[in-house]
Amino acid sequence: MNRDFYSKLVFELSQPGRKGYKIPDNHLPVVTLPENLCRTSKLELPEADEPSVVRHYNNMSTNNFGVDTGFYPLGSCTMKYNPKINEEVASHPAFVSLHPATPDKAVQGALELYYTLQCALAEIGGMAEFTLNPYAGAHGELTGLLVIRAYHNSRGDFKRTKVIVPDSAHGTNPASAAVAGLDIIEVKSRPDGTVDVEDLKPLLDDTVAAVMMTNPNTLGIFEKNIPEISSLVHAAGALLYYDGANLNPMLGMARPGDMGFDVMHINLHKTFSTPHGGGGPGAGPVGVRAGLEQFLPNPRVVKNEDGSFSLITDDKALGSISAHLGNFAVEARALAYILSLGRQGLKEAGKLATLNANYVKESLKDVYCLPIEGVCKHEFVFDGLADKSTGVTTLNVAKRLLDHGYHAPTIYFPLLFHESLMIEPTETESLQTLDEFIAVMRDIAREASETPDVVKNAPLNTPISHPDDTEAALHPIVTYTELTEQ
Amino acid sequence: MKIYYAPSHEYIKVDGNIGYIGISDYAQKALGNVVYVDMPEEGDEIAAGEDFGAIESVKAASDLIAPVSGTVVEVNEALADNPRLVNEDAMNNWIIKVEISDPAELDELLDEEAYAKLCEAEH
Repeated sequence: MNRDFYSKLVFELSQPGRKGYKIPDNHLPVVTLPENLCRTSKLELPEADEPSVVRHYNNMSTNNFGVDTGFYPLGSCTMKYNPKINEEVASHPAFVSLHPATPDKAVQGALELYYTLQCALAEIGGMAEFTLNPYAGAHGELTGLLVIRAYHNSRGDFKRTKVIVPDSAHGTNPASAAVAGLDIIEVKSRPDGTVDVEDLKPLLDDTVAAVMMTNPNTLGIFEKNIPEISSLVHAAGALLYYDGANLNPMLGMARPGDMGFDVMHINLHKTFSTPHGGGGPGAGPVGVRAGLEQFLPNPRVVKNEDGSFSLITDDKALGSISAHLGNFAVEARALAYILSLGRQGLKEAGKLATLNANYVKESLKDVYCLPIEGVCKHEFVFDGLADKSTGVTTLNVAKRLLDHGYHAPTIYFPLLFHESLMIEPTETESLQTLDEFIAVMRDIAREASETPDVVKNAPLNTPISHPDDTEAALHPIVTYTELTEQ
Repeated sequence: MKIYYAPSHEYIKVDGNIGYIGISDYAQKALGNVVYVDMPEEGDEIAAGEDFGAIESVKAASDLIAPVSGTVVEVNEALADNPRLVNEDAMNNWIIKVEISDPAELDELLDEEAYAKLCEAEH
């Protein structure tokens, strides 16, 4: 492949007058359009031959990196492999050709799929009912907070305007609270990385709507004080929200509902192996404990006594938060995953994810700084290199990994440390893949001490090496015209 | 001008009842390249311990916490065009200039020496 040539912008491959087609002479009269229908400026489309265009886009497509091309240890994202059987189920002609407005009676199979997944998630989460309608994790958080607000409002309790989030929380927690019109209060972590119960106590009063927790938290540490936190939160009349971003290690082993959580969301694109981001839309189902079902958004899928399924809409409910029933094809993939693994398989997934994370952590903690010792769950955080004397940063290490064909881990999050490097291997990686990654990470640590400039100048082998991210944030160039005008 | 620091890494340089508030050199280093400073408007009231704006770097976005209460008398407009000035010289490129409403609040803040110790401990 001639990457340099064909990876240029398609506008740069353009030659005046070049065409990828030829229209045969059809002997039809030439019609001149009225002047007011004609454009006055030039139509600035690229002019290129078909082979160049095909090579251009094929070359571009190989610059993509995904779980199908390599190991992707992006912390807090659960980049597990997406089994191909999920795609087969989601692309079944009986599903893909459905029109979303088809009457209930004609889509019983699709409604059964929705209901079956809803029940499976309720069993996994220890909740009474799930809505699958939200489109993504953050959308689920917002939906969950709106459910909580609807609950307080239904009791005539209008003074609860605050949401408490730990300082280790995902940025989406305070963002969702802000979008829901609630104020954010931060609760501190203890040196062992878990929520400080003593710091939480004075914050709890009758103005608190909810406390949002992630368990295991973003440091990959299990929050052992959940029963105490749960009783404190409920004594104050607030609800406890579970951010399901880190549900993976808990699968089949512990349930948020049993820990006292009232409302939770699940990221199907993390724990249940559906594609992430550009690989296909996500889904953020929201579950509630018994007594809160009536606040779930419209529509809900219910099973009738005769075994058929119906869509119901309730005026007292939240209203609609998405078109129809959310990202249906994502729901189909998640159900395929749950049914292929089964109860026992799901339990193994969580255990293996935990084992893999601890294996990588223990294999690297002599050369990378481990701020919090002990057994982690599915992920862990290093605070940069153990040897910081040569000035090599977490950013440099992450860039150097690109040279070796790995996606970088999550960096500079959580904000509790200056040089956070957050690694989540997931359960789908083989021992050989993990050992290879560990060897590369150790090589980079050695390079950082012996030849630091090599690491500081990385990446050397990627199509783009050192973009000026500050300049890009300050003055983004997003169109070809802007580029040529410079 | 006497300089005080908040544990949340803002400084205030005090000249009579006027204070110049910015982020410390330690904070700018920890943040990395600053790409945006969200500032209040002239005439806005700020309250000690509450956020008066935010600062965004290539790494993260952080709230700016007011070290004292007061009224904003000027914002540093130069930062709107060139937020990198914070990285170049954090101590001289203040973010807002305020009229301090309660000078007693300054006693709650850290002096140069105590702040240096705090940074040492955080590192």
